[in-house]
Formats: sequence, structure tokens, C-alpha cells
Amino acid sequence: MSTQEAAALATAGNAVETPAGSGRGRKRDSNFGGWILPVYTAVALLFLLIPIAYTFVFSFNRSLKSNISWRGFTFDNWTGVCKAQGVCEAVGNSLLVGVIATFLATVLGTMIALALVRYRFRFRSAISLLLFLPMATPEVVLGAGLAAEFLTAGVQKGLVTIILAHTMFCISFVVVTVKARVASLDPALEEAGRDLYGSPGQVFWRITFPLLVPGIVSAALLSFSLSFDDFIITNFNSGAETTFPKFVYIAAARGIPAEANVVASAVFVLALVVVIVSQVSAAARRRRLAAT
Amino acid sequence: MAFSAFAPSTVSEQAPRRKSRVALLLLLPGILYLLLFFLVPLLSLILTSLQAPTVSGDIGQYRTAFEWQNYSTAIGQYGGQILRSFVYAVLATVFALLFSYPLAYFIGVKARPYPLLQNLALILVIAPFFISFLLRTLAWKQLLSDESAIVTGLKALALLAPDAHVTGTPVAVVFGLTYNFIPFMTLPLYASLERLDLRYLEAGNDLYATPFSTFLRVTIPLSMPGIVSGVLLTFIPAAGDYVNASREFLGGTGTTMIGNVIESNFLVSLNYPAAAAMSVMLMVAILILVTIYVRRSGTEDLL
Repeated sequence: MSTQEAAALATAGNAVETPAGSGRGRKRDSNFGGWILPVYTAVALLFLLIPIAYTFVFSFNRSLKSNISWRGFTFDNWTGVCKAQGVCEAVGNSLLVGVIATFLATVLGTMIALALVRYRFRFRSAISLLLFLPMATPEVVLGAGLAAEFLTAGVQKGLVTIILAHTMFCISFVVVTVKARVASLDPALEEAGRDLYGSPGQVFWRITFPLLVPGIVSAALLSFSLSFDDFIITNFNSGAETTFPKFVYIAAARGIPAEANVVASAVFVLALVVVIVSQVSAAARRRRLAAT
Repeated sequence: MAFSAFAPSTVSEQAPRRKSRVALLLLLPGILYLLLFFLVPLLSLILTSLQAPTVSGDIGQYRTAFEWQNYSTAIGQYGGQILRSFVYAVLATVFALLFSYPLAYFIGVKARPYPLLQNLALILVIAPFFISFLLRTLAWKQLLSDESAIVTGLKALALLAPDAHVTGTPVAVVFGLTYNFIPFMTLPLYASLERLDLRYLEAGNDLYATPFSTFLRVTIPLSMPGIVSGVLLTFIPAAGDYVNASREFLGGTGTTMIGNVIESNFLVSLNYPAAAAMSVMLMVAILILVTIYVRRSGTEDLL
């Protein structure tokens, strides 16, 4: 879910210089962090991975209708993902919803983030509250609220209402992610652009926007992952349409096909690659900056 | 996920004064969107919660009214589920905190000299987010089923009664809630422990404090912002969750939570007023708890 934010945090954390402790040689200091903590960490991380490993392994199961007991190894589920009824349609819907909602939320959220950092205006605290509340509201309330609104307004539930709902809960996360980036921009760069007779538009599109791109990309990736994995809000506002999580929920009653494990495992590998690439490129960027 | 939103703001609010027309244009579309699809839904939830059945009494047909007794009826009917949601969410939050603190401490403090190890560990902490929420919960259902190696092993060691079940019990639901929201706890804890100035710990040591009292009086207070955001980020989704407690997942007939009640009333029995009344109560309860908690622990600026 919050993969990108965490990745951004990890890199930001590394950039913060913290004085290292020199009291390491002391006896008292070393026994707590001796071997118990590293061993605990290793065991805890392994524990977190158990269901992931299970899902991955069972994507190769020669399963019948339900995928519960191990019946032998096969690649068939991977090569014929779409053979399971409804899986690919659901994934297609999830991708469509994810892309459109991400686009809308990223545009709207980036605009708000720029306004919040760069401008002074009235009702600032009310707007901050309006942006904070969706993140502090349980998903079931967000979902039921929208469903009640659509019901009262007589709106037919379908892909459009799913997209409207996903855009809503992604906006706040975009604002938080992009705002941090806007705040960390060096104002001297834009000043230099203005000193060189750049028009406000030129300064924005040639200097500010390119510098914001990493933040906007993280926000978009975060939105997409939130949208792709959302079930609770979707369930209230999807009508007869299915997304991938909703497909899993419905299938849970009669047994999940192994093809669902294939989709989840593929998404897992893809997300892992994205995070590792972004970490490596951020590290490379830091090294380049340090070298100049 | 939104832990940075809960953390004290690092953004300086000294925005330069510029044309407010531009600010308005930037803000307007997004703010209107949130008003229309966040605030209006909350209001329509309140209106729906007060509706009364139509005279014809058809299922799913309601008229605008001020039926305040919808609330007392809901409390009377679902008091058990309300209490249970609160207890399960508190337990899951406490377990997640106990699980995550040492983990975050190791990654944020002890692993500081090894950035590569830190990054690897953080990726592993968030790895569960990359796999579908529903599928990882179903994976635990299989792993904790009566025929599974874990359960038969526990029974062989006599740690579990021979006829006991794990899935379908409150234990499994609290376990699932804890597992699913652990990353929400670990990340903010890590974020604040990573910034912990180790010289304070040395000072405690120099003043002849035992490692335990240094931890209690220096480390914990300094990591309080992380604890506050972690607790909120775990408690809120846990209290409203209905996947873990659902019968197809880790729960049973005796584990239904508020979320399950809202879902079944809204989507199955089409009793919109009851579902809306429960949602409003959940929202109000969470807002009250969040306000008290944040006031008490002193992290007041939220965004």
C-alpha cells in the first residue's frame, strides 16, 4: 500500500545526518543490542513474509477448483491466467480504475500541495482538516457514506462510482507526498529563473515542475497501489462490477482459483522491482549530488 | 501509510504572500472534489441514519424523517459488536506495538551504520503491502486451518487442546488484524527512532541510569510522535475492518465487528438507516478517541 511513501521515507531517513553513538564500547550499552535484537528482527521479518511465500508457492499448485491442498507443481496457472473465469476481467477493471483515479488524484492533489506550501490564504486550517479527515476516517465509513450519497442522488453504481471513490481517498495521500517535496525545493533555483527574465509560466514548467517530478511520481505510485488493493470502499460502490480484490472476496466463499495467486504474486514481484529501482536510483542521485 | 500526515509538520508555514487568485485556482478543484465526495457523503450518512421506513414497508425503501430511535435500536441490537470491535482493535494495536517496537528500534537505531541493511529490512517490513490484502488474510486462514502444520504441531506439543480450532475464533481475528496492520505501526516508529539522537542515551548512561530506565525515560518519550501515529494508523483501520472478522476469512459467527454489521445491513438486508447509524457512531467514536489521544500525547498539528 504505502510502498512509495515508505521508500521515500527510507531514502529521506538516510539523508538525515545523525551523530553516531560513541558509547558502543561500554558494557551496559552492548548487552541489550547484543544478539537478541538482531535475531528477533530476523525472525520477525521472516514471520511477515510467511503469507507472501504461501501465496507465491500456491500459485504453482496443480489445483482443481479450490486451491487449498498441495497437488503438485505446474506452470499452467501462470501461462493460462485468463483461463480462470473472471480473473482477467477483474484485473482489467482494477487497472482501468487505478490509472484514471491515480491521474485525477495526482493532478488535484499536486495543485493543492502547491497552494498549501506556496501561498497564504484564508481558511487554511479548515482546508488542512478537510485533507486530514479522509485519512483518519475508517474505510467502511467512507464507503457507506459515498454509497448513501449515490443512493440519495439516484446514481447507478458501476466503474464510474468506483473511480470517483478511489480518487477521493487518494487525494490526501498525494497532497502529503507532494507537499514534502515542494517544501524541500530550494527557492534560489526559481529566483535564478526569474532573474534570467523567465516568465512565471516558464519558471514553473522549466524549473519547478521538473524538480517536483520525483515527488509526483511517488504520489502517483502510492495512489495506484492504494486503488489497486482497495476492497472495502469498492465493495460499497461497485454495484455489479468487479475489481480484483472484489473478485477474491466473492471467490473466497467457494474457493479461490490458483490464478488469483498468480496475479497477486506477479503484482508483488512488480512492486518489489519498482521499489528497488527507485531506491537504487535515489542512492545514485545522492552520490552524483555529493560528487559535484 | 499516512503516518507522515500524523507526524508533527516539518513544513515551515511562512509562505510568501502572493496573488491569492492563483491559490484559489489551485485549491478550488480539489477542495470542491473533497466537499462533494467526502463531506457531502458524511452528511448524507447522517440524513440516512434518521430515515424511517416508507408507509408501504417495502424492503430498501425509506423516507426522510428524524427517527432518533434508529440509534438506540442499533446500540441495543449491536452493542456486542460495538464492544467487540473496540476490544479487538485495542488488542491488535497493543500487539502490533509490542511486535514492532523492537523491530523498528533495531532498524532505526542499531542498524544505522549499515544503510543497506536498513533499506533491505524496510523493504521486507512493507513487503506485505505488495501482496493483495485479501489473499494474505486467506493465506493465514489456510495456514491456521485445522489440518495445517502449525495447528497440528501445536496440538502435538499439547499447547492446544486436541479438539480446538484456531480459525473462526477471536484469537484468529485479532491475530489477522495485528498481522495486517503491523507495517502501519513499524514505519512511523522507525521514522521517529531513526531521528533519535544517540547522545541522549549516552547522557542517560553517564548519569548512571540502567539501560532499562534510560529506555523508559529517554527512548520512549523521544519516540512518542512515532508511537502516537503508529497507534492511530493501526487502531483506526482495525476498528473499521470487516475482512478479518468475516466468516469467509479468519472469523466465525461469534466474531462479527461493526464493519460486518454495516456491510450486511447496507449491502445485504438493505437496512440503510441502521447501517448509516452504525457508521455515524463509528466515525464519532473514532474522532473523539483521536482527539483525546492526540491532546494527551501532545502531537497537535496533524497535517
